[in-house]
Order: sequence, then C-alpha cells, then structure tokens
Amino acid sequence: MAENVNDTRIPTVVADSVDIIYRVHGTGAGRGSATAALNRMVRRKQAEKAAGTRLVHAVKNVSFVAYKGEAIGLIGTNGSGKSTLLKAVAGLLPVENGAIYTDGQPSLLGVNAALMGDLTGEKNVYLGGLAMGMSREEIKERYQDIVDFSGINEKGDFITLPMRTYSSGMGARLRFSIAAAKDHDVLLIDEALATGDAAFRRRSEERIRELREHAGTVFLVSHNNASIRDTCERVLWLERGVLRMDGPTEDVLAEYEAFTGDKSAKPKQAAGPKVPQPS
Amino acid sequence: MTQVLHTPPPTPVTAEDDLAALAARYGLSVSGARPSLPEYVRQLWERRHFITAFATAKLTAQYAQAKLGQIWQVMTPLLNAAVYYFIFGVLLGTKRHVPDYIPFLVTGVFIWTFTQSSIMAGTRAISGNLGLVRALHFPRAALPISFAIQQLQQLLFSMAALVVILLCFGIPLSVSWLLAIPALALQFTFNTGVALVMARMGAKTPDIAQLMPFILRTWMYVSGVMWSITKLTKGDHLPHWVTIALETNPAAVYIDLMRYALIKSFHSSQLPPHVWAAATGWALVAGVGGFIYFWKAEETYGRG
Repeated sequence: MAENVNDTRIPTVVADSVDIIYRVHGTGAGRGSATAALNRMVRRKQAEKAAGTRLVHAVKNVSFVAYKGEAIGLIGTNGSGKSTLLKAVAGLLPVENGAIYTDGQPSLLGVNAALMGDLTGEKNVYLGGLAMGMSREEIKERYQDIVDFSGINEKGDFITLPMRTYSSGMGARLRFSIAAAKDHDVLLIDEALATGDAAFRRRSEERIRELREHAGTVFLVSHNNASIRDTCERVLWLERGVLRMDGPTEDVLAEYEAFTGDKSAKPKQAAGPKVPQPS
Repeated sequence: MTQVLHTPPPTPVTAEDDLAALAARYGLSVSGARPSLPEYVRQLWERRHFITAFATAKLTAQYAQAKLGQIWQVMTPLLNAAVYYFIFGVLLGTKRHVPDYIPFLVTGVFIWTFTQSSIMAGTRAISGNLGLVRALHFPRAALPISFAIQQLQQLLFSMAALVVILLCFGIPLSVSWLLAIPALALQFTFNTGVALVMARMGAKTPDIAQLMPFILRTWMYVSGVMWSITKLTKGDHLPHWVTIALETNPAAVYIDLMRYALIKSFHSSQLPPHVWAAATGWALVAGVGGFIYFWKAEETYGRG
C-alpha cells in the first residue's frame, strides 16, 4: 500500500542484508567414498572442501521491509531463491549473514507433512489443525467450514475414508482447506493457488483474499502472474538469489515479463536505476 | 516506492541504512531464534494436544493396512516373546533356573521393548520427519516426546496381554501390582530423555540410526531380559564393578522393578540395592538432561 502515509505504516517483516547458503554433502570428489564420509564426520569444518561439500548461495544480500496490510508477491525464474527466502522468513531456515525480524510468528501455508494417508479425512482435519497450533475447540468450531470448503463431501461421504483413497485433486483440496482454516499474522503462501479444479481455484483465491484481510501481511510465491496481479500490490523480483526489483506490481511485472518473454528486449532497463518515487 | 536494488540500494522511503534499528523500534523479534527454556516448556505445553494426537495417529496408522488391523498391537509383542521363549527357555534351558519363567520372560521382553522402541523412534524422530519440521512451527521436542508416548500406548496394549498371561499362569492378583504405575512413569521419563538425546544426535548424523540396532541388541543381552541377573552375579566369580554395572543398568532396573511388582515368586532379595533410588535417579538424569540437551540445538533442526 504505497499510498499510505509514512508514519502509520507498521513494519511486520524486516529483512536486513540476508544471505542464505545451503551446504550440500556428497558431491564432487568425496562422493561415495567411506573414508571421505568418515573424514567429514570427524573434521567437519576442515573437511568441507575435501569431502566434496558444496556451498549453494541461494539468497544474496536481500533487504526489504514489509508493512502491515501489504500483500507481497515473490517472483523470479525457477531456482532463483523465492521459496528459500520464504522459509527463512518463516524461521525454518537459518540465515548465514544478516537477520530477519518479524512481528509474531510468520506461518507457511501448508500442512501436507503433518497429514497421514492412512487416517480418515476427519482425523486429518484435527491433526493438521493441531499441528498448526489451533486448539481442539477452534477446530471443532471450524470443522464443518473446512469440510464444506474443501467440497470433499459433495460426491458422497468421503471425509470418513482414509486420505490415501482420495484422488490427488481431492487430497490437495482438503490440504488447502485445512491450511487455510487458521488466521495468521504473517502468512506465507508458496504456489498454493494452483490446486484443484477451476471452481475450487476461484474459491481458494477468495479465501486468500479473506485471509489477507485478517492477516497482517501476506507473501505469495507464484509463477502465475495473473494470480499475483489479483492478490498483490507489491512485488519482489528475485533472480539468482539477488533482489532485482522491488515495487508496485504493475511496474515489476512489466519488467519481469519483458525479462522472461524476450531477454534481449530490455535487459538494460531492468538493471538500470529508476527514479524512486516518494510514498 | 519503486526502486531497483541492483546497485547499492538508494534510501528513499525508510531508514534502510539501519533496518535493525527499525525492527527494534517496532519490537520485532529475530525469526527462528531459540526461545528461553521456560518459554520453550510453555510452548511445548501449548502443543500438548498435538503431541498426543500425533502419537495416537501414528499408532493407528501403523497397522491400518493390515487385514487383522489393531490386533497386531498385541500380537507383535506376544510373537516376540514366543520366539525368545523358544530360544532361551527351551533350547538353552534358562527356564530350569528361573521360577515362573514365562511371566518372567514376557515381562522382561515387554518392558525392554518399550525402552528399545522409544530410543529407536527417538533416533529417527527429527531425521525421519524433516518434511514436518521444515513446513510447520512447533517446539521440535514435540516429535521425540510424541514418539515416546506412542510407545507408551503400545506398551499399555502389551500390558493388557501380560495381565492375561500372568493370570493364566496362576500368578495371583495382588496389591503390589499397583507398583507398576510408578515404575512405568519413571521408565517413561527415562525413555523420553534418551529419545530426546538420540533425536538430536540422529538429526545431526542420520547414520546413527544404522548403528543403533547393534548397540540396543548388546544392551538387551546384558540387561537380563531372558535370564536372571541375580543368578549370574551370585558368588564372587565376577569382578565387583561388573556386578555393580549389571545391577545399575537402567534397563535392568526397570525390568526388575516390574517383575517385582507383578510376579510373586520374584522376591525383593532379587532386586539390586536402592532400586527405587536408581530408577528415580536414571529418570531424572535422562529426563532433565535429555530435554536440555535437545533444547540447546532447537534452532538447528531440519536445516541442511
């Protein structure tokens, strides 16, 4: 919300020159060799190079401030560090340098990992809700909404069947419905909109908008520029781990589309400084 | 507020030169930092329903695909005991030296299995659930604790079978059976503590999970699961420290306590000296120590 007055804007997420580096074991020279593995366990630091540990610099010196009430899109080509940055904001990945400060606990939208295919949909609603930190009463209250929203029961009583018997679309819908049942201060969404059929997608976009109204700040990672346009008014463009552009959706998307559509067209403009507009 | 942050960022909107100060002014906290120990305990308490629900879910999911379903909760430990009975009781003839051998053996096997599977599950608690750890926020100790609770629930099924076996072999019901409750509580605390320690080690070095079965099997054979430690330590053919080590071994302590509680022919003379003190001591050391050890690395779990 760039038009807000300066002193009413309350920051919810502050990233201060963040670097994120992944350490990948078992590459290069040391691969598969038992002595290299032992060496790696015994002399962690010194052996990193020798044992074939590779450093992947996924996010490089990224700084930004996100404010209450903003919905921010994260765009960039595959492997540019969007999801990594999101996980770091959620506090699930350590930063190498710099720091990320947040207001409350940002949560990633997603409970897939907590759910179990052998349990019924009903039990999974409870398990997923509890995993996200909801109380039993809260879940009981919202249970019917969750099931109705997922539309699982539209074609019969499926919620009492084990989740492994669901089609992949049904499973995805239930997962999204569970994940979206909770209100978050800072909500991080990683391409969750691409699940289910067209009708469900419309409903989930609707739900995201609702969540946004309750949430302080929403981050959305997506390759779907249309859903970014619909949901976000500010966009961060990451390319090879570097924050390439930060600004109103239309401006950044225009540059991004030029970049991805026709690389030779205006790379100059993307790299050149723009006149900053006071907000 | 359009700005291209390719070159050193311009400073148009906020005090970007000092983001840390901005964060401090609005009271933002560092994301993913380790909470203090009391705060951690509080967070864990808030998640208690998740911990128990996760344990129960794992337990029910365990045999969901089997035709006989939950019957395996009781069948698995019984079959285990049957194998040990055949090998140690019949083939090696241990049963000649121990009165009420079948109750003796079955109690030993069930109580040992409780500790063994808690530790095994603890070892994989973090490394086997990375997806969960990387997707959701909760105190990570919830996982090993939840697995220990799952094993406790499993043990309660086994204990029900054990009661039937005891009665079938003419062991009378007695007041001393109530001692099983404090004994189990202490053992559960001990198991959880060790599971927490193993969870941290297993998270750092997943290879430990490959090594654990061998360590645990060795531990089982020295814990008097299928033979009587008192029979072995009688006389002085063993060095004193070996006797002490055999008797204070936590697994042996918990197994003997349970036998003492349940089996009439297992006299208090067969218990090692200061057995309740040893049981409580092990529970406290492992429980408190394991919890703190696990918490110390809280912020590192699930990270490559």
